[in-house]
Amino acid sequence: MLIIKDLQASIEDKQILKGVNLTVKPGEVHAIMGPNGSGKSTLSAVLTGNPAYTVTGGSVEFYGKDLLALSPEDRAHEGLFLSFQYPVEIPGVSMVNFMRTAMNEKRKYFGQEPLSAADFLKIMREKRSIVQLDNKLASRAVNEGFSGGEKKRNEIFQMAMLEPRLSILDETDSGLDIDALRIVASGVNTLKSKDNATIVITHYQRLLDYIKPDFVHVLYKGRIVMSAGPELALELEEKGYDWIKEQVDAQQ
Amino acid sequence: MKENEKPEKGNQIIEEAAQAEYKYGFVTDIETEVIPKGLDEDVVRRISALKGEPEWLLEFRLKAYRHWLTLKQPTWGHVHVPEIDYQDISYYAAPRKKKDGEKKEIDPELKKTFDKLGIPLEEQLRLSGMAVDAVMDSVSVKTTYRERLAELGVIFCSMSEAVKDYPDLVRKYLGKVVPYTDNFYAALNSAVFSDGSFVYIPKGVRCPMELSTYFRINAAQTGQFERTLIVADDDAYVSYLEGCTAPMRDENQLHAAIVEIIVEDRAEVKYSTVQNWYPGDKDGKGGIYNLVTKRGLCRGDHSKLSWTQVETGSAITWKYPSCVLKGDYSTGEFYSVALTNNWQEADTGTKMIHLGKHSTSTIVSKGISAGHSQNSYRGMVKIAPKATGCRNFTQCDSLLLSDTSGAHTFPVIEVGNDTSVVEHEATTSKINEDQIFYCNQRGIPTEDAVGLIVNGYAKEVMAKLPMEFAVEAQKLLSVSLEGSVG
Repeated sequence: MLIIKDLQASIEDKQILKGVNLTVKPGEVHAIMGPNGSGKSTLSAVLTGNPAYTVTGGSVEFYGKDLLALSPEDRAHEGLFLSFQYPVEIPGVSMVNFMRTAMNEKRKYFGQEPLSAADFLKIMREKRSIVQLDNKLASRAVNEGFSGGEKKRNEIFQMAMLEPRLSILDETDSGLDIDALRIVASGVNTLKSKDNATIVITHYQRLLDYIKPDFVHVLYKGRIVMSAGPELALELEEKGYDWIKEQVDAQQ
Repeated sequence: MKENEKPEKGNQIIEEAAQAEYKYGFVTDIETEVIPKGLDEDVVRRISALKGEPEWLLEFRLKAYRHWLTLKQPTWGHVHVPEIDYQDISYYAAPRKKKDGEKKEIDPELKKTFDKLGIPLEEQLRLSGMAVDAVMDSVSVKTTYRERLAELGVIFCSMSEAVKDYPDLVRKYLGKVVPYTDNFYAALNSAVFSDGSFVYIPKGVRCPMELSTYFRINAAQTGQFERTLIVADDDAYVSYLEGCTAPMRDENQLHAAIVEIIVEDRAEVKYSTVQNWYPGDKDGKGGIYNLVTKRGLCRGDHSKLSWTQVETGSAITWKYPSCVLKGDYSTGEFYSVALTNNWQEADTGTKMIHLGKHSTSTIVSKGISAGHSQNSYRGMVKIAPKATGCRNFTQCDSLLLSDTSGAHTFPVIEVGNDTSVVEHEATTSKINEDQIFYCNQRGIPTEDAVGLIVNGYAKEVMAKLPMEFAVEAQKLLSVSLEGSVG
């Protein structure tokens, strides 16, 4: 579904991604790990079309379409979802209003009629339970006054509502206690199917105990320098990144 | 399109949208009776004669006119009102009445105009919860539901009719809250005011429907000088709405209105405005000068007056709906959203004058500036030495949507005793690109995202509007603010 070829990107003239290659197929879970500043969050921002970043080379194909040619909202409609590392607060805009606008925009994109209020609320009720969000939380303003754990659960709730084909979880585990981590991970696992895929960006093995990856990639200095099965994550947990850094730096 | 073109694309959408047409800019082709341009005592006399007014009212007008001659156009506002040539304006324009046919019949052209504005004048078509006084140029065209309200003793009619039918009430209250000496525009209005609405709610009556005045400027080169007077007697309640639009013209037109409100013991008045006068085009050409004096007197103990305004129109707005809190335990509220785009200028806010003991006031002002506009909050909270135990809370927020717009605040606080508490909070923020991208990532395009974020920002004020108005006002905010983000 996703083919990234030699992707290069910069922010404020600083080159961050220096040629990323990655292919993701339906049903797969990919973990992207790597030391701080290696470009993990940049990759998710560039894929979703954050205007702060500039693509300087390479290509991304998403279900046969040139992803980089699409606006951020069209990428979302096509089924790309980002669970933000730092979800923003939008004061005064209720989750109900926000989600209904988002879902109806998607329906409009596919030429469908907007959802009725009753249908929408029914879906919302169903999906809320996946991440154990209570009714009050959903009627609050988007992320306003949410705790760190609530914000991340709210991200997964939105993912459940929008039913993306490819989800990118950007450091979804950061700032979560063990209970919240379990809820979030079980939400992600519930939503997993043979037709959708997940990219998990994380520092730690911890999250991968709950969300089992099929592939683990190490991103370092703007390139994927190592790819292997889930055992790589365990090895990294034990040995850290230094040995990989040394290898890569020696090659250069 | 390449990734690096994205930021420009965002701005481009917004710039295109900023050129969206003003929806109410049409002109009604109707025969209008206009008195020639210019202002002198004869013109004042002629307006009074046209309306068949009693002698005392003519005297009031003449005194106001003579006083006005001694005044100068004020320049202290953070707006650029040019030197207006007051001899180049016509002070009275009225859709000409047809001689034939039944008297009560409204001209079909007029009816069509108000239909087009979404204000049908047939009572059966109106939402049952609202009575309307429709004012075109200088005169009231039609007031709906008068008879039904009269059964309760509620008087709701045009000012001209009130002068004829209830002269004692009008004489008792007119000019008592806003005297003609108050300011330049108040003096001018008092001399030449043409029409407006009059509301009287008798003791103990809760007005069962929203009362509403819809102001429409149609004729060219005229000013609109209407005057509204609302009296809520002891234990009465009324919610009153005001809406306004005008045709698109290259010239600027003057609108200098007065609203006076008197609230007696334990009575409550809610006054809501959705102001959508023509704001001028994207280059700042044309538009209404909205120079208005609005003030209420909470005369009774435990009385309450609440102003809510959504200001999106006018080239220049200069208005400070205020409360004089004379009664003990009286309450004043001011909730405002002022949105300026393109080259609009707004200087708006309120005065809360605490004279009664334990009186309380709340001010929530939300300014939104886009394009090249200038948006100012000007407010005064004054607590008299004898007004002990008073409270005020002021929250004054500004949201900037462009680098070329300005947000300003001019608060004045005077507290005359040490048992009163005054709180003032103020914030200024720029629209946040992370918020917009977050919306984009969920599939919401930038233009809709801005509308969503701004409506969220203004929600506290919007929530104060009556339901029927709130939806319209939300749409209006989104449309008017199709202004630059960047």
